[in-house]
Amino acid sequence: MYDIIIVGAGISGMTAAIYGRRASKSVLVLEGASYGGQIVNTASVENYPAAPNISGFDLATEIYNQAKALGAEFKFEKVLEVKDLDTEKSVVTKKNTYSGKTVILATGSENRKLGLENENTLIGTGISYCATCDGAFYKNKTVAVVGGGNTALEDALYLSDIAEKVYIIHRRDTFRGEESTVEILRQKENVVFVYNSVVKKLNAQKRLESIEIENTADGHTETVNINGLFVAVGRIPVNSAFSGLVELDGSGYVAASENCRTNVPGIFAAGDNRTKEIRQLVTAAADGAVAATQAVNFINNYRYFS
Amino acid sequence: MSVIKVTADNFEDEVVKSNGTVVADFNADWCGPCRMLAPVLEDFAEEHKNVKVVSINIDEEDELAEEYDVSSIPCLVFFKDGVEFDRSVGFRQKEDIEELVGE
Repeated sequence: MYDIIIVGAGISGMTAAIYGRRASKSVLVLEGASYGGQIVNTASVENYPAAPNISGFDLATEIYNQAKALGAEFKFEKVLEVKDLDTEKSVVTKKNTYSGKTVILATGSENRKLGLENENTLIGTGISYCATCDGAFYKNKTVAVVGGGNTALEDALYLSDIAEKVYIIHRRDTFRGEESTVEILRQKENVVFVYNSVVKKLNAQKRLESIEIENTADGHTETVNINGLFVAVGRIPVNSAFSGLVELDGSGYVAASENCRTNVPGIFAAGDNRTKEIRQLVTAAADGAVAATQAVNFINNYRYFS
Repeated sequence: MSVIKVTADNFEDEVVKSNGTVVADFNADWCGPCRMLAPVLEDFAEEHKNVKVVSINIDEEDELAEEYDVSSIPCLVFFKDGVEFDRSVGFRQKEDIEELVGE
């Protein structure tokens, strides 16, 4: 039995592992993909203290090596379920079942999808959720960005310097994102605003060729030829596997306050999948420290069957 | 076998004219998930001597990337006797790659 089982090896999960090990607890970190979480996609991080300019990959690797050197065990297995068995917690992965005295849920968030029919199969052949990752492949091509927040606006701005033409498709007529960015985009000759509109259909042969856009005001649909569609409609927490385990808020985040405690004793939440205002690397790391310390206190104050 | 670096000059010989299974990894130095995937592929190549694994840097070989319609990386393109039979985009575990090549 492990003292602490951490679900997710992003910044918060790996920080929790460091704190757990420094308190001499046995720690298992389970991860379904690679360590690091979403920051791995960021080429340059400039807001992490003591690292004025570091790639997301290097930052994640530093933290991973630090946690490993302290004795945290990492297993790359996707967690399917966590069970609260009263005296212990059981964590079921694709391959094994592990038991722990405490569990820290640090599963983070993922890109929200449009929910269109062939969206998944077109990832990498016309659909992208990361303009800075994939933008370079659309040099002198026609692309569209869907969304109305800052990410969508910044994606459009980034792409406007690469692509021949950029459509911004937004379901309302005003943006949630910064007005100053909207102003800059208005000055760009190759940016076209498409308001009150939603993408209804993706047309593809081998790759994405065109999209069908519906005007929500009058129901009129139009087909637009594009090479790439960049989806920036927000992020969603990866908590669906825990909906029967811990209390989630209306948006699907684990309902835990700054103390990272869920409504289930011995189960904690850390990082982007928790109800919180600011989702940044440092706040994810802070959550990891808080959740691990709470877990350590929980273990030291309770008796367990061994 | 370790991962072989391939350019436009030897792509034809190493991939298209190659018998058996070839995994072509399109990647770039600035791409974090590509750097995550690299050691996984090294590991895979060591364990599966019958599968050839090649690496293509898309910044140096933009024509190959264009020819193979790569528009997101890391992109693994799977060839059997020189013919593409599958591809995957994004980080993958070793077991996922084994499943994709049918090992």
